[in-house]
Amino acid sequence: MSELDAVDRRLIDTLQGGFPLCPEPYAGVAATLGIGESDLLARLQRLLDDRVLTRFGPMYQIERLGGAFVLAALAVPEERYEEVTAAVNALPEVAHNYRREHALNMWFVLATETPAGIAAAVDRIEAATGLKVYAFPKEKEFFVEMKLAARA
Amino acid sequence: MNDELDRRLIIATQAGLPLVPRPYDALAEGLGVSAEEVMARLGAMLERGIIRRIGAVPNHYAIGWTANGMTVWDVADDCVDQLGARVGDLACVTHCYRRPRALPQWPYNLFAMVHGASRDEVREQAEQIRRLLGAACRASDVLFSTRILKKTGLRIGG
Repeated sequence: MSELDAVDRRLIDTLQGGFPLCPEPYAGVAATLGIGESDLLARLQRLLDDRVLTRFGPMYQIERLGGAFVLAALAVPEERYEEVTAAVNALPEVAHNYRREHALNMWFVLATETPAGIAAAVDRIEAATGLKVYAFPKEKEFFVEMKLAARA
Repeated sequence: MNDELDRRLIIATQAGLPLVPRPYDALAEGLGVSAEEVMARLGAMLERGIIRRIGAVPNHYAIGWTANGMTVWDVADDCVDQLGARVGDLACVTHCYRRPRALPQWPYNLFAMVHGASRDEVREQAEQIRRLLGAACRASDVLFSTRILKKTGLRIGG
């Protein structure tokens, strides 16, 4: 992964929200950053290719459209970790997945268009892995604001 | 979903916006509508909270937030909502939710995600939360993430 320069860091901080809805949005953002539009587009492409950014675009809250997001966990035997990771990640309903240090050592988020889709995804994971899925649907949201400044 | 064009627009953009000078024109062409319609639809979905924000999702490891802790707390049911709101207000907390316990293995009902440049920084943040929760907190843990296994975000069918 290439080093981030000062412009990359400002770009990441600036672009975490509020991307304009106008015909040439990149040109406006580039002007704010004091760089050219083609430079901005090339930097975004590089940051995505290098996985510094995992995505650039709208972040959808599928619950507002009748869908569901559910956090779930598995206790995966260490010797089966890679195999189970592949089985879980194969489902398009798995939006992200993290390894964590705990007896419950795999934590993933299921995102589906309908609440019934969650139960179906849980069933598929249990059938594919033979492991019990612990589902932790949110009962109340107190705060969500993923805006971390680049400090690398 | 109640509107077919919104749904098609979500499917067209869930992996990201086109990296071209006129991204909404590019989307409009694929959807067979005008760029004005695309911008209006996205704006309306932002207003209704269907879109949380439009922007970049950093890999927090890559930008220096190498320690990521899911702090979990067993908080008395009669005060978890009031305390959860205060935990969510802490500057170090990026996500905070009340979730069901899974007894006996999992006694925790309050989840707060914190990020730092080191595990010590995360532990210090967890300590801040512990002080705030006080006697209402009966047990807690910090689950550090050691690897991102997948991070694609929402993918609904086409």
